[in-house]
Amino acid sequence: MNLTLKIWRQKGPQDKGRMVEYKVTDISEHMSFLEMMDVLNESLVAKDEEPIAFDHDCREGICGMCSLQINGEAHGPDRGITTCQLHMRMFKDGDTIYIEPFRANAFPVIKDLVVDRMAFERIQQAGGYISVNTSGNTQDANSIPISKHNADLSMDAASCIGCGACVASCKNSSAMLFVAAKVSQFALLPQGKVEAKDRVKNMVFQMDLEGFGNCTNTGACEIECPKGISIENIARLNREYLAATI
Amino acid sequence: MTTLNSRIPEGPIKDKWTLYKDKINLVNPANKRNIDIIVIGTGLAGGSAAATLAELGYSVKAFAYQDSPRRAHSIAAQGGINASKNYMGDGDSNYRLFYDTVKGGDYRSREANVYRLAEVSGNIIDQCVAQGVPFARDYGGLLDNRSFGGVLVSRTFYAKGQTGQQLLLGAYSAMNRQIARGKIEMFNRHEMLDVVKIDGKARGIIARNLVTGEIERHSAHAVVIATGGYGNVYFLSTNAMGSNATAAWKIHKKGAFFANPCFTQIHPTCIPRSGDYQSKLTLMSESLRNDGRIWVPAKLEDAKAIQQKKLKPIQIAEENRDYFLERRYPAFGNLVPRDVASRAAKERCDAGFGVNATGEAVYLDFAAAIKRYGTEQAKIKGIHDASIEKITELGAAVIEEKYGNLFQMYEKIIDENPYKTPMMIYPATHYTMGGVWVDYNLMTTVPGLYCIGEANFSDHGANRLGASALMQGLADGYFVLPYTIGDYLADDIRTGKIKTDSPEFDEAEESVKKQLKFFIENKGTHTVDYYHKRLGQVMWDKVGMARNEKGLKEAIVEIQEIREDFWKNVKVPGSLNEFNQELEKAGRVADFLELGELFAKDALEREESCGGHFREEHVTEDGEAKRDDVNFAHVSVWEYTGKPSEAILHKEQLEFKDIELKTRSYK
Repeated sequence: MNLTLKIWRQKGPQDKGRMVEYKVTDISEHMSFLEMMDVLNESLVAKDEEPIAFDHDCREGICGMCSLQINGEAHGPDRGITTCQLHMRMFKDGDTIYIEPFRANAFPVIKDLVVDRMAFERIQQAGGYISVNTSGNTQDANSIPISKHNADLSMDAASCIGCGACVASCKNSSAMLFVAAKVSQFALLPQGKVEAKDRVKNMVFQMDLEGFGNCTNTGACEIECPKGISIENIARLNREYLAATI
Repeated sequence: MTTLNSRIPEGPIKDKWTLYKDKINLVNPANKRNIDIIVIGTGLAGGSAAATLAELGYSVKAFAYQDSPRRAHSIAAQGGINASKNYMGDGDSNYRLFYDTVKGGDYRSREANVYRLAEVSGNIIDQCVAQGVPFARDYGGLLDNRSFGGVLVSRTFYAKGQTGQQLLLGAYSAMNRQIARGKIEMFNRHEMLDVVKIDGKARGIIARNLVTGEIERHSAHAVVIATGGYGNVYFLSTNAMGSNATAAWKIHKKGAFFANPCFTQIHPTCIPRSGDYQSKLTLMSESLRNDGRIWVPAKLEDAKAIQQKKLKPIQIAEENRDYFLERRYPAFGNLVPRDVASRAAKERCDAGFGVNATGEAVYLDFAAAIKRYGTEQAKIKGIHDASIEKITELGAAVIEEKYGNLFQMYEKIIDENPYKTPMMIYPATHYTMGGVWVDYNLMTTVPGLYCIGEANFSDHGANRLGASALMQGLADGYFVLPYTIGDYLADDIRTGKIKTDSPEFDEAEESVKKQLKFFIENKGTHTVDYYHKRLGQVMWDKVGMARNEKGLKEAIVEIQEIREDFWKNVKVPGSLNEFNQELEKAGRVADFLELGELFAKDALEREESCGGHFREEHVTEDGEAKRDDVNFAHVSVWEYTGKPSEAILHKEQLEFKDIELKTRSYK
């Protein structure tokens, strides 16, 4: 198929940035979206133009490196996937596709479609861990029985890949789903209970410091999350936060 | 000349590690904070090492080319992690895990290292649970296990189909704790481009800030390489797009010997390739072989009809299917080790029985499992005379619970529903057992330079068993390196900070800058990917699943030609001091073009078939790999002398005292 692409180009953080139009031809429906971008970049390099910078790595939907706002949706039109798992069969011949970086004040653009997600790192560093030493002097793994129900819920929350789609989809640029996923993972496990109060306070404090907005229960984050992290986790985050602060 | 000393401690194998740890030198906590350690790569091995070293008190600098340690490709490991806990009560023990790993590796790994790995495997699970890794549990609240290829027990711990993700996030959280305490300084979006040696010891690195393009000097008392494998030498592999061998290759060129480069794992269950535009291959977890049955049509005319899409797999009657793994290997069936399963699939496809348009695919079929689980569920739920539809529905629900995310992934890529029609799979490059040579301490042939995880060669011999990569990465990082490195650093407590204004740093920085400048100014005719794809094609065709003397000799010449062309005509757009992804790739491909040649040379030299290395000249009468223990029970260790073609071969003889050397049989 033949497509028109309107892509955000921005030299660096200081540059104003603009949409630029490109045409691609003979795109197979079996290609992944990023393979289509590869084809475009190869043709740009051949023409001595600068290729489009975009983040990607594992290309199997788990590393969380790829981003992209495609036709206004984080990770594009399909559900439950990342951009690297999006296939061209979701589009049809003659389509115009708008490709932009994830947009949020807390995610400054580095170049073109690449954004800086260090704010997420700092939130994790504020409390996204259990303070046990890694030297192996721990008790036997089976000495802490955990109900399957809670272990499964914890796993669901823990499957967050830290891509930032929740922030990019939220009208308030809120990172609540991201923070809630980590807080929930540990809140549901006995190992995490010890530091639960400090954890939730510190992570929320850092989240606010980074300039993310608040949650107003729209639910766009849950729809666009490639891992389907439930908004119920935000409710759990709020409960944990309330319990920690009163 | 450097001589190889594996430094394997004396004593019975069961006590070696304990006795050794009791005697090695330690560094006093007050002195540790004055000692700097650089860790390159933050996957399971690098991440766990950085966290543990920092926790012990060392000052750690960690480097990742991605924007966060959580992106490292360990995250993509699906199936699980082995440990000899014997929670299932099925007779597992440290010895059995050790034995299975050595046998699975086709008797080309070091006994002492593998025993140590088995010994610490249980600790890893304890540690990860304490850290909040949400492993799968049964209804009693205890940990669940499943089975993997090449073993007869269930010892694999898992977290859905995302075990690597959960373990990496565990190591990442341990790192975050140390970053918050100021004990780890994290350098995201940085790439190591050379190691700096002073007085023969590793004392620092030259790195490029990938955002600004700035070249930086970092010094340390020891450098740890944990940058994973070199599978991307094939261009198409299950590795991440950015996975590369640059750190490993640069240290090789500075004196670290490289071991067994030809031992590469071709994983049997990957999604087949679809076209020339393909950028990578996707793995389907080995755990699927617990329930999936692998087959091709038994009749050639059926296979042809399927290739032309005139026939569907479900139209082929049971008696006309060839379940070739169950036929050839009745004892292990669909759960034979990866190298065996891959070759068997290739053999059927080469004979014309492949099941997609390219003829390079076999079926992985869940119909029998769905029926089995469905019948079981109907019985549990008290449904008598359940209809076939009801049984299928109940069975599919069980399969979804176990493998839901993998089935979804498959459907997104292939656009077919694997609950209704068999999956198509084909082998793809997945893991490299070969790597930088290390001694028992995990130190390379350069003092102060360590190598851990997939990047080293040590534990998997000629073939790695499923769910053992995660085990080795974490064993090296959490439990081995943090002890052994102290033995070396104990001599460094009075050294003081290493200065970065020495001539050695000047020289290393100069050569890094020279190469980068060359790429930008070359203004050639072909893109970096053009060369990478050409290299990959040669590697796959001639140094792939089956190798022979003629092909390997041709490959060596062809790789040299591609390399020559690359250095004349490569084209890299943009400039030096900016975010430039083509420039990053250029350096990585330059290194692959050298490594590929050494790989082929090693494959040519190893005149036997063992594990992932299959030489067509060395086959038994029934088509199985024929090992040569008289001439090749050694590690091939290569020393760089200026060109891959002139590399000098050293041999580390492997001794088998606790396991009898015998022909590997899974029949």
